[in-house]
Amino acid sequence: MGSYVYPKYDYSPPPELTVGTCATPTYPVVIVGAGLVGLTLALDLALKGVPVTVLDEDDTVSIGSRSICQAQRTLEVWHRLGVADRMVAKGVTWDTGELYVGEQQVYRFNMQPEPGQRFPAFINLQQYYCEQFLIERCRDVPGVDLRFRNKVAGVRPANDHIAVDVDTPDGRYTLRAQWLVACDGVRSTVRGLLELPYDGEVFDDQFLIADIRMKTALPNIRKYWFYPPFHPDNSVLLHRQADDVLRVDFQLGREADADKERKIENIDRRLRMMFGPDAQWEHEWTSIYKFTCRMLSRFVHGRVIFAGDAAHVVSPFGARGGNSGVQDADNLGWKLALVVKGTAPASLLESYNHERVQAARENIRQSTRSTDFITPKFAASHVLRDAVLDLARDFPFARAMVNSGRLTRPTRCDDSPLHVSSADGDWGQAPVPGDVLPDAPLANGSSTWATERVAGRFAVVTFTDVPQSLPADAATRLAGPVDVERLAILSDTGAQPVGWTALHDTEGLLARRCHARPGTTYLVRPDQVIAGRWRNLDLAALADGVRRSSGR
Amino acid sequence: MALRRDLNLARPDDVYNLIVDAHKGLDEAQCRAFDARLILLLANQVGDEAAIREAIDAARAGLSS
Repeated sequence: MGSYVYPKYDYSPPPELTVGTCATPTYPVVIVGAGLVGLTLALDLALKGVPVTVLDEDDTVSIGSRSICQAQRTLEVWHRLGVADRMVAKGVTWDTGELYVGEQQVYRFNMQPEPGQRFPAFINLQQYYCEQFLIERCRDVPGVDLRFRNKVAGVRPANDHIAVDVDTPDGRYTLRAQWLVACDGVRSTVRGLLELPYDGEVFDDQFLIADIRMKTALPNIRKYWFYPPFHPDNSVLLHRQADDVLRVDFQLGREADADKERKIENIDRRLRMMFGPDAQWEHEWTSIYKFTCRMLSRFVHGRVIFAGDAAHVVSPFGARGGNSGVQDADNLGWKLALVVKGTAPASLLESYNHERVQAARENIRQSTRSTDFITPKFAASHVLRDAVLDLARDFPFARAMVNSGRLTRPTRCDDSPLHVSSADGDWGQAPVPGDVLPDAPLANGSSTWATERVAGRFAVVTFTDVPQSLPADAATRLAGPVDVERLAILSDTGAQPVGWTALHDTEGLLARRCHARPGTTYLVRPDQVIAGRWRNLDLAALADGVRRSSGR
Repeated sequence: MALRRDLNLARPDDVYNLIVDAHKGLDEAQCRAFDARLILLLANQVGDEAAIREAIDAARAGLSS
């Protein structure tokens, strides 16, 4: 079943079993799980010069399409890792969603109404492709040791390391890691071995995913129906994916018999009602699931760090699963790299815990609301939900309340210990510390983008009309253990201020999106998150900001 | 037209969920009593009889379908 040919990755006996454990070092970072999150983190660390060992119990990619909506922020992160353009070329680009009640379209939204951004709001690309492309990229990057068919069997924390027992086809071995990052999914082995409670809520309604291959003229739009004529009692979600694959997600209700619904003839009956008697398709992947929201209370447990579904899980309508996991990796990568290199104290990792626990709470809050709207839990909430759907036909205000999953945006942490709060006012709707720096087209000889130029390192981004007045000794005054890039955003071309990289804001979009005036300066972290903002270029304040943001 | 049709709330999801959550744990009679009180309180807040009449008509119109 299905069109995709699953790659099979070779197992090779680990050095611990061939040359012995005495000859192998304590690894700086061991990642458990070669999924979207583990691979993203592995690439990020390796590209920052930190060697990583990745253990995966399997020898192929994700079975089934699973996480298909890859958001703009995820693509920006993957671009930094050198793999996003391949994803975009293969995936289905979209930015628009349509909501129907019965047959009537009541709402249409655009996730990226403004052009002038390097990446679209979303691409739909099956998880197996994303993992395959990430694995192939890992092969090109020195420093990633991918170990397939290496299953974690024991985790023993010690003071200065973690001992990990690993089962392979050649037997068991033990390795030592300074840091162990568990990216091993919703049924995390590491979490289980440490006996950490994974508390939350499981919702009763059942859903059926039918991913099918079918030629169609459907536009690249996310469609959601409440009470459609072809599935009159419940709701349906439709997405396009690569290779003419469609994701159809049927709400089945509480009483549905999962074993019966899973039968191909019953799935085909539902699909025939939806697509008509003449449509033809092949089945790609099917799954019956319930909405689940759970999270660990902390993501950092000594030298063991959790990321992605191993740390938190939400219902799928909103694309907050895989995308928030990639944001975990993005948040953790630069911090872990600084800590491993001895540039930052281990306490910097506590900010990962703070920022990403807050993000997970926000994702669960949003996801629970969507779940409550799609599957009302008690009589009054059902009546209110249906009242919103009825009013939505005629009243624009009610359309804003129809919730078929509020789609993921980068989560803003507004009280991070790493950020400098601004004392100077008058910022209007400008991005605040905790937001990702907006993207915009720039030029530096050739055309480039903010998301390409302000990435991977700390950066001072200052807007100026008089580049010759920029301090030439900025590098010296910002010098410290952490590299700080100095970027001058100019409304004109030509100037090359000493000690600064000049970037031409070709359309003035970066200045507009940053609500910048001459002098406006942002301090940006390696994960493109704003750490501070000022209305004047103040190098002493920036040097303090860098110290604070790197945990010193 | 006195009745607003466009969105007049900064955070519609929050307000919708406030109203839903306020019904939690109420039985049917309590829900009706709660809704009645809420309607009267909001009607007084609105203060505009024409708008209230229009809202009543719009709410009733939806029921006939």
